[in-house]
Amino acid sequence: MRSDHWLDSCPCWFWLSRTPKALPQTLRVLQAVCILLCRDGRALAHLASPWRQWATLRMERGAKEKNHQLYKPYTNGIIAKDPTSLEEEIKEIRRSGSSKALDNTPEFELSDIFYFCRKGMETIMDDEVTKRFSAEELESWNLLSRTNYNFQYISLRLTVLWGLGVLIRYCFLLPLRIALAFTGISLLVVGTTMVGYLPNGRFKEFLSKHVHLMCYRICVRALTAIITYHDRKNRPRNGGICVANHTSPIDVIILASDGYYAMVGQVHGGLMGVIQRAMVRACPHVWFERSEVKDRHLVAKRLTEHVQDKSKLPILIFPEGTCINNTSVMMFKKGSFEIGATVYPVAIKYDPQFGDAFWNSSKYGMVTYLLRMMTSWAIVCSVWYLPPMTRETDEDAVQFANRVKAAIARQGGLVDLLWDGGLKREKVKDAFKEEQQRLYSKMIVGNHEDRSRS
Amino acid sequence: MGSRSSHAALIPDADSLRRETGFSQASLLRLYHRFRALDTNKKGYLSRMDLQQIGALAVNPLGDRIIDSFFPDGSLQVDFPDFVRVLAHFRPADDEDAGLRDPREPEPLNSRMNKLRFAFQLYDLDRDGKISRHEMLQVLRLMVGVQVTEEQLESIAERTVQEADEDGDGAVSFLEFAKSLEKMDIEQKMSIRILK
Repeated sequence: MRSDHWLDSCPCWFWLSRTPKALPQTLRVLQAVCILLCRDGRALAHLASPWRQWATLRMERGAKEKNHQLYKPYTNGIIAKDPTSLEEEIKEIRRSGSSKALDNTPEFELSDIFYFCRKGMETIMDDEVTKRFSAEELESWNLLSRTNYNFQYISLRLTVLWGLGVLIRYCFLLPLRIALAFTGISLLVVGTTMVGYLPNGRFKEFLSKHVHLMCYRICVRALTAIITYHDRKNRPRNGGICVANHTSPIDVIILASDGYYAMVGQVHGGLMGVIQRAMVRACPHVWFERSEVKDRHLVAKRLTEHVQDKSKLPILIFPEGTCINNTSVMMFKKGSFEIGATVYPVAIKYDPQFGDAFWNSSKYGMVTYLLRMMTSWAIVCSVWYLPPMTRETDEDAVQFANRVKAAIARQGGLVDLLWDGGLKREKVKDAFKEEQQRLYSKMIVGNHEDRSRS
Repeated sequence: MGSRSSHAALIPDADSLRRETGFSQASLLRLYHRFRALDTNKKGYLSRMDLQQIGALAVNPLGDRIIDSFFPDGSLQVDFPDFVRVLAHFRPADDEDAGLRDPREPEPLNSRMNKLRFAFQLYDLDRDGKISRHEMLQVLRLMVGVQVTEEQLESIAERTVQEADEDGDGAVSFLEFAKSLEKMDIEQKMSIRILK
């Protein structure tokens, strides 16, 4: 892997060496500094920290002076909740209401409705799912106006600092990053097409792996992504499936720049389609037509075929099916867990301090999103490779999926939710409601039913 | 510059809303953000569908009834003031002495009576001021689903109406409802505290 280090720094030097000699020396030094920052954004990160703290304090002071209400973000919800169960709550309500001694006879009280009423209102005020689909709120400002609700004119110094930040981001970092991204993508398309002409064999595989890797690494530089990989010994092997939590399309680039994967996805049109068609010439990725995506059996069959061929690369799948804002992990779709291959879970956790990577697809299109990424300070994230898991004999696909999800949530420090990320588009299943109804009916009808059933 | 700034100036009629509902400025701001988060297409109002999208509400057996309480008289939209007015019923009771309140001013939305009225209307579907046996049965059916047989449910509904009914008209009026719950600590059970 170290051997292509010279390859991926090559385009950077290409741009640097082509600068006409007429330009003053300072500009070339600046360019070199920016390239250095692009390659190792850690320096940038350390530089910005004291400025950020000062900016946040200044804003709070300014808001207090002007008597404005500062919007303080809350990651744990905006209302006080008691985590008591349905039975306890209803018993508590009944106890406080009636003077007669409670002898545990099951019955209905008019006051039972209060429990459901209040629970319902609590979810209207604050529920676990809706807030996962908007960008995570930061407690301290990172000098990007997009992450701050309180951004208004407070003081000259703050505005100057913010303005300086804008200048650096849009005028230095953005053009450099766009140039790198352009280089990366065109090298990918050209490289994979050329490799595709070679006859199938070991040499072709070797070349295609390295072309892919080089181009992904250039794209990583283009986003100034600072990635820390943990436990690299657990990296996925051939014949396995790699599952990870999904926050943005960048996840793919982050994982693929540290390993060799076969991609799975739907065929798109436009530039993405061109890239997809080129990539599949060099090595077997699994692309589905739009119509095939609905057919679960076909999807499962193709994935199984791919996985059983040990010469093919491990598949990369995001079972949540949609982008979540990286504070929680939502329900995993069971399709990839039914195949029966070894699952290699990966947890990806972004640090939102330097740029929020979450793609809110209802708010931003892909191009806007990429531009936002490229004008942030940096994308900082940690990747943990978890030990491989296989399905036990006594558990079904859903239980296996939940087990993997719990492991990923635990490692990444994310909240493990049972809800389906597709909830924002579809209605929730009735099974959950029936569970509540069952619990309640036990309270009002109770053991009579059990006795009559048995 | 501040395209995302949202202090209280953005909330329409913030002052009169604050007086009417009793929410603090900070709470109102939070609820406004919540309103905007629920309003998926940025229409400026909420429709039934927006509230039905909340997963945790959809699994609540009384979810539909609770949503109905936001849309009285067949309306199809609820704007922010009406949204807050309904939620104001669940504001915890103030600590100030009830005697200090000016008796000429209308009762605050989160008074005990108003909380009871809110719960009453969840039962009373046709808004005729009485809970008939049929309406009681409907609510019970919602809360238990298919777990309980029709006869058992009918006997429970019959018994409940009989216990609460005092004037013998076979239905529970609001005053009878309030009387049967007079010992209940409504303030605590029907209150949601918004964190500062």
